[in-house]
Amino acid sequence: MSLTAKDKEVVKAFWTKLAPKADDVGADALSRMLVVYPQTKTYFAHWKDLSPGSAPVKKHGKTIMGGVADAVGKIDDLTAGLLDLSELHAFTLRVDPANFKILSHNILVVLAIVFPNEFTPEVHVALDKFLGALSRALAEKYR
Amino acid sequence: MVEWTEQERSIITNIFGNLDYEDVGSKALSRCLIVYPWTQRYFASFGNLYNAEAIKTNPNIAAHGTKVLHGLDRAVKNMDNIKATYAELSVLHSEKLHVDPDNFKLLADCLTIVIAAKLGSAFSPEIQATFQKFLAVVVSALGRQYH
Repeated sequence: MSLTAKDKEVVKAFWTKLAPKADDVGADALSRMLVVYPQTKTYFAHWKDLSPGSAPVKKHGKTIMGGVADAVGKIDDLTAGLLDLSELHAFTLRVDPANFKILSHNILVVLAIVFPNEFTPEVHVALDKFLGALSRALAEKYR
Repeated sequence: MVEWTEQERSIITNIFGNLDYEDVGSKALSRCLIVYPWTQRYFASFGNLYNAEAIKTNPNIAAHGTKVLHGLDRAVKNMDNIKATYAELSVLHSEKLHVDPDNFKLLADCLTIVIAAKLGSAFSPEIQATFQKFLAVVVSALGRQYH
């Protein structure tokens, strides 16, 4: 299920709408993930405050969306472009890759909330594919 | 046995109480067929599903989406007994319709997205958690009688 030229076009076009709100989207998606999938909190036991919209959550949401922005720029070769990030997740963070899907789902939910009219089924499928490809690139160095 | 708090029950009844079943049902099902095109395999007799526009305007899909939402209604009205309430429906989906139960989760995710778009920021993390818990119970009950 690789990204077609059309998928990349749709993702890049939607990203221009998303970019100015990326930090808020990241914070909201991360907040939701921690509430709706409490098992994900195990990766953040070192944070003082895991509640929605807290300072560490906001900061980290921004970091995550920075990574997504980077991926949009490297959409033509995600595996090569995200090698460093993959090593980070594989060897240092050791996040179970199943969680990439969980975070992706929450990003999509936030996009539906923030862009109720623009997040059409056509945009949804392109973004779902993109986040899937991003997740696979991130898992590349795991084993 | 699934435990529901008073708050969770009222969240679910509120969401469904304020829902346009036709609008949300058709949007959720057509989104599912567009985002996960392999799900179209169950709708070969429904007419033109050739592209997203065709799916979105297909009256058979719209009618079926409404039907599915009304089916969810039964779970809303029997929250303490969803497994038993859906036993027959589960058999139907397994023996007659031959639907891969993994597909239930796909439709549930699309329904979550449609509800999120509709409710906006009122769809708080806590409400999302309750809604997804409800859908997870429904999905599990629908898959229960497969063998």
